[in-house]
Amino acid sequence: MPDLLSVENLAVTFDIPRRNAFPWSEPLSLRAVNGVEFTLQQGETLGIVGESGCGKSTLARALIRMVPSAGRAVWMGDTDLLSLTPQEMLKYRSEIQMVFQDPLAALDPRMTVGSIIAEPLKTHRPDLTSAQVKERVRVAMEQVSLHPNQINKYPHEFSGGQCQRIGIARALVVEPKLIICDEPVSALDVSIQAQVINLLMKLQREMNLSLIFIAHDLSVVKHVSHRVMVLYLGRVMEIADRDTLFADPKHPYTKALLSAVPIPDPRIERDRKVMMLDGELPSPLDPPSGCVFRTRCPIAKDVCAETPPRLVGDTHKTACHFAE
Amino acid sequence: MAVSSTDISSATTETEVKGRSLWADARKRFFRNYAAVGGLIVLILVGLFALFGPWIARFEIDEIDFTAIGNAAQMGRPSIETGHYFGTDDLGRDIFARTVQGTQISLLVGLVGAGIAVLVGTVYGAVAGYVGGRTDGIMMRLVDVLMAIPYMFVLILLLVMFGRSMIMLFVGIGLLSWLDMSRIVRGQTLSLKNREFIEAARATGVSTAKIITRHIIPNLLGVVAVYATLLVPLMILAESFISFLGLGVQEPLTSWGALIREGAGTMRYGTLWQLGYPLFFFVITLFGFFFVGDGLRDALDPKDR
Repeated sequence: MPDLLSVENLAVTFDIPRRNAFPWSEPLSLRAVNGVEFTLQQGETLGIVGESGCGKSTLARALIRMVPSAGRAVWMGDTDLLSLTPQEMLKYRSEIQMVFQDPLAALDPRMTVGSIIAEPLKTHRPDLTSAQVKERVRVAMEQVSLHPNQINKYPHEFSGGQCQRIGIARALVVEPKLIICDEPVSALDVSIQAQVINLLMKLQREMNLSLIFIAHDLSVVKHVSHRVMVLYLGRVMEIADRDTLFADPKHPYTKALLSAVPIPDPRIERDRKVMMLDGELPSPLDPPSGCVFRTRCPIAKDVCAETPPRLVGDTHKTACHFAE
Repeated sequence: MAVSSTDISSATTETEVKGRSLWADARKRFFRNYAAVGGLIVLILVGLFALFGPWIARFEIDEIDFTAIGNAAQMGRPSIETGHYFGTDDLGRDIFARTVQGTQISLLVGLVGAGIAVLVGTVYGAVAGYVGGRTDGIMMRLVDVLMAIPYMFVLILLLVMFGRSMIMLFVGIGLLSWLDMSRIVRGQTLSLKNREFIEAARATGVSTAKIITRHIIPNLLGVVAVYATLLVPLMILAESFISFLGLGVQEPLTSWGALIREGAGTMRYGTLWQLGYPLFFFVITLFGFFFVGDGLRDALDPKDR
């Protein structure tokens, strides 16, 4: 069976006009995502982690063609999503749905919950009668544990967690194969986070969904993902099975990330060693030569500044010259 | 208790809960604002006056009462017996009938002007703002160019060149009224289009036209409603100004501006009612619109206060 999605050499470049320059001068190019590759199976969850500004959300937006990008994203082994015309892409938009970060902002305040959830159906299934649409909306609401009698309420009448479940119902209603969750729980309370995450995992099992789960909270990613990809400055640093990655991180950046996860026990937390990284994320407008992580890497050598490391490995891939 | 728990649970599953839309919230806030409700009542009364006034008036607008002609100060006083409730003008024409007629024209000008602004301005601004880029640049530069034209001057020229007619007046006012509206709407659209719910619609493949009509415009309507109610009095003022100059509607038709002009011309001859009645309706209507507009703004945008 072919991979559900196979991404090869994906790159997103934004043109930034220079300040205080002539309008016709060459714009700066910001490489938000560069050379990203991964595969995703049917029913699998890929967690994407990385600090702010490392290109996680841009990567998600590139996959659904919200930002122009280069490279290939092969769907079901035969269709490159990135080279389709907008009309051809329309067919695949019902297969790939998205759940957004801010639950309330992602829902139109002037529409009822029913019409919000029905919108993808109305777009992709114009053949359905309004009674059928309503029935499917009610089913979707039940799937996310919302009472269908709330169908005529408005988003501002719901809590954040409920709004996020409305967002999930909207994604589910067209029976997609892949749902891209762009930090779906970072705007929610911890108790509500668990509720939403468990709901997503339950739906995934029941419907054999694939998830791309973007987060910066490593414990959340550890809980939901089958495999985890670590991004830094738009490049893949490491990608491996969840258990392998958390037990045996090879890339120094992953090690630093993992060591920074707080442990909710003050006795252990006080004694453990945190591997602190110096400096800040370099500007993606002017990335370091060679390995992008070398400016903050504790084990960087001369070779790191000269040749960018390739992503190598079988199932546990690492982009580091000195991966142990 | 006679009600069993199964009754309650079946009731909650069967009946759909009615939502409280943002519009319903706004309506509630609006009706708690006494100034705005007062303004609304005044406007309704003025509207009824314009609609049913012709049945109450005992004279036609161009009918001349020969007893009052040339002697309006004595014979043309406002009185119930003569049937001239608001008195007569110097030509012996009934001010009541003429005020009713003037109210009709002035309200019509205001509503048509604001209506054109709402229709053209909203769609134009929403398209320019949402599509953005070069389209936006061209569309908004056109608005800038039209705005740079001294419109009162052009309107006067149009009326002089093509003759004074209602159509010309509507064309002139309609051409100008939507410019500000389109700018306001464009600005609002720019801030709306980066909101996540628009992105969600785009990600799921909703077409641009549908996004504009289904998401952008309903979310703009608050601003549009406020600005439209504030635009109506401005249109009435513009028409009155034109009429005051003697270029507006043509005799025997009249409007508030024309009536006020005639009244102002004779105010020193002891016939103050010729000025007072039209002016009264003019002022209360403007106040009514401003109060309603203000109330709408408070009701639709509670965060601002």
